[in-house]
Amino acid sequence: MDLTHSDTDEEFRAEARAWLAEHVPRAPLPSLETAEGFAAHRAWEAELAADRWSAVSWPVEYGGRDAGLLQWLLFEEEYWAAGAPGRVGQNGISLLAPTLFDHGTEEQRARVLPPMASGEVVWAQAWSEPEAGSDLAALTSRAVRTDGGWLLRGQKTWSSRAAFADRAFGLFRSQPGAADPHQGLTYLMFGLRAPGVTVRPIGRLDGKPAFAELFLDDVFVPDQDVIGKPGQGWRVAMSTAGNERGLTLRSPGRFLASAARLAELWRARGCPDHARARVADALIGARAYQLFTHAAASRFLDGARIGPESSMNKVFWSELDLAVHETALDVLGAEGELAGTDWSEGYVFALAGPVYAGTNEIQRDIIAERLLGLPKGRR
Amino acid sequence: MRFLLDAEQLAFADSLHAMLTAADTPAVVRDWSRGEHASGRALWARIAAAGVFALAVPEEHGGVGPRPVELAVAFLELGRHAAPGPLAETVAAAVLLGETPRAKEFLPGLAAGTDIATVAAPTGFALDGDAASLCLSPTPQGLFRSATAPGVVRRSLDPARRLTPLASDGELLVAGPAGGQALAWTRLATAAQALGVGLALLDRTVSYVRRRTQFGVPIGSFQAVKHRLADAKTALEFARPVLFGAAISMRPADVAAAKLTACEAAYTAARTALQLHGAIGYTAEYDLSLWLTKARALRAAWGTPDECRDLVLADGLG
Ligand SMILES: Cc1cc2nc3c(=O)[nH]c(=O)nc-3n(C[C@H](O)[C@H](O)[C@H](O)COP(=O)(O)OP(=O)(O)OC[C@H]3O[C@@H](n4cnc5c(N)ncnc54)[C@H](O)[C@@H]3O)c2cc1C
Repeated sequence: MDLTHSDTDEEFRAEARAWLAEHVPRAPLPSLETAEGFAAHRAWEAELAADRWSAVSWPVEYGGRDAGLLQWLLFEEEYWAAGAPGRVGQNGISLLAPTLFDHGTEEQRARVLPPMASGEVVWAQAWSEPEAGSDLAALTSRAVRTDGGWLLRGQKTWSSRAAFADRAFGLFRSQPGAADPHQGLTYLMFGLRAPGVTVRPIGRLDGKPAFAELFLDDVFVPDQDVIGKPGQGWRVAMSTAGNERGLTLRSPGRFLASAARLAELWRARGCPDHARARVADALIGARAYQLFTHAAASRFLDGARIGPESSMNKVFWSELDLAVHETALDVLGAEGELAGTDWSEGYVFALAGPVYAGTNEIQRDIIAERLLGLPKGRR
Repeated sequence: MRFLLDAEQLAFADSLHAMLTAADTPAVVRDWSRGEHASGRALWARIAAAGVFALAVPEEHGGVGPRPVELAVAFLELGRHAAPGPLAETVAAAVLLGETPRAKEFLPGLAAGTDIATVAAPTGFALDGDAASLCLSPTPQGLFRSATAPGVVRRSLDPARRLTPLASDGELLVAGPAGGQALAWTRLATAAQALGVGLALLDRTVSYVRRRTQFGVPIGSFQAVKHRLADAKTALEFARPVLFGAAISMRPADVAAAKLTACEAAYTAARTALQLHGAIGYTAEYDLSLWLTKARALRAAWGTPDECRDLVLADGLG
């Protein structure tokens, strides 16, 4: 049992802190969910990438620093504590990149990763469909074999940031008759501006085009953009899902920083009694998530793989995030209603946490069945 | 950084678990609740022989301490088996007296389990004063006197917790400022015990819902049942690292956070266990009740949720 970091790790942290202190924009960037904000965030990714801070855990050859898991966690703590901008490259960096490391080819990694790190190519996740949300295996979009590649047909929806992004990755049915819906799926990458693609932005609660529908009409994808073996897409996708629920999408650093900001806000507003317990609980919740992550990281370093415990992470961080933002709005009182503040923007974002990345109901099923061993019920 | 129990610590937990399983603790708890202390004393001797109290006693006085991480490991197992008696209070006495010139007189007996101690909370009763050979009572200045228990027992929500008022008429035994440190140790032990109580409640409930059938299927296949258990599991699994993080730092705010988190998680597990057992869960004769009532009682012992939160807000977390 030990919570101290090695000298090398602490030096890495200090280097990150110093860099961030010098480079983090003084004024917050405009919202990521606007064209102007998207461009500003791309520029920030490029600035991060120039000094190899945009994907620190990647190998040096792809623009990373070969940072281990603990260093990555320390970087994230510093990043969010410094008040640095949200990451527009996140879908690619935290979902597609790990998939390529596990299932991609050398050629794919060399081609896809460097422009992803620099924000030159921003990726969207195209999994959900109008009739396939929680039941992802019910998807019906198709990949049809053609000379040298595949033709994509169908519709995807709720693709975050697809309104402004460049490319997307997703699952398609390549063998329509398969007896098991998890069979005969293929995982592919495609261009959002390729011929045959129509992107229709969808406004989220506050009207900002945070996600989009994609209509695919015989969109050509060359063989080199298939990830893993054709027909084996479900297995490839599930390795991405573990990352999405687990650490890489939401590091503890983010919640430590927002709980600390909540406590500051609460003190600045005269420590109102109605929020006292919730402010304390937010601080404790963020610390609990950090320590839980340290324990998980220790297990990974011992050779364990991401398993169904990541479902506990997902439920925990999404509820913590929402609780922090709800409390902040309550502390702000009548001002809490104002749109466009850091807290209200964060609140709108946090509201979706229990829904995306696999709803919390689905995660609770996984916890009950796979961690507690309860019998499968009807879905 | 390697934030996991090592092989030796895991083996210590396993051996305590095996010993407590063999000891049939539910029968001991029921004796203890009636004021019959013989089986409890025999269990106490075994707990001491396993080295539990020695963890709070320095080597020069017959212990192996101070070792808060191992203490948390041990108390988690004691909670898992609902072991009765002033366990955390004996740890408190060891820490209080360890700072005094009389340490060598008292500590070897506490480490060896020949003496059972209790300490009165500043505003309340002492736990099991009727069974303790050494009672300590705080003065308004935060020092501690030896005390006698006049034999009055007030009932707790948890029948195994025998609350006794103390007559604090004795000698001043602790004249220095050891109270804060002792409180941190007691709180840590109580947090660990609560987490163990919660884990036992979850385990028992999971096996019950797999066995019990209604509408022709195990009730554990119903989603409303699964989701309550998933929430209880998540709360307990997030309390565990907070507990061990506090055991490493022993900062008062970290320990308060651990007490709050473990007790809230255990209480969630208790409510879930009671609901999912249906009527049988509401009976005293079914063993589940031994843990259900303890989960509620430990929540208030050595720091209410609000007291713990105030410490976190005042000092910040480590
Ligand atoms: C802000 C945001 C961003 C998103 N970004 C992306 C993205 O980038 N790419 C992408 O592919 N998708 C994205 N999604 C979509 C998201 O993954 C889905 O919304 C999610 O999987 C749920 O699907 P659904 O919305 O169709 O709801 P449904 O599956 O229809 O569920 C509706 C309700 O029913 C419940 N329910 C469904 N089945 C069960 C069951 N078996 N047991 C219990 N309850 C059940 C759900 O939990 C939910 O409460 C995003 C969603 C949001 C809100």
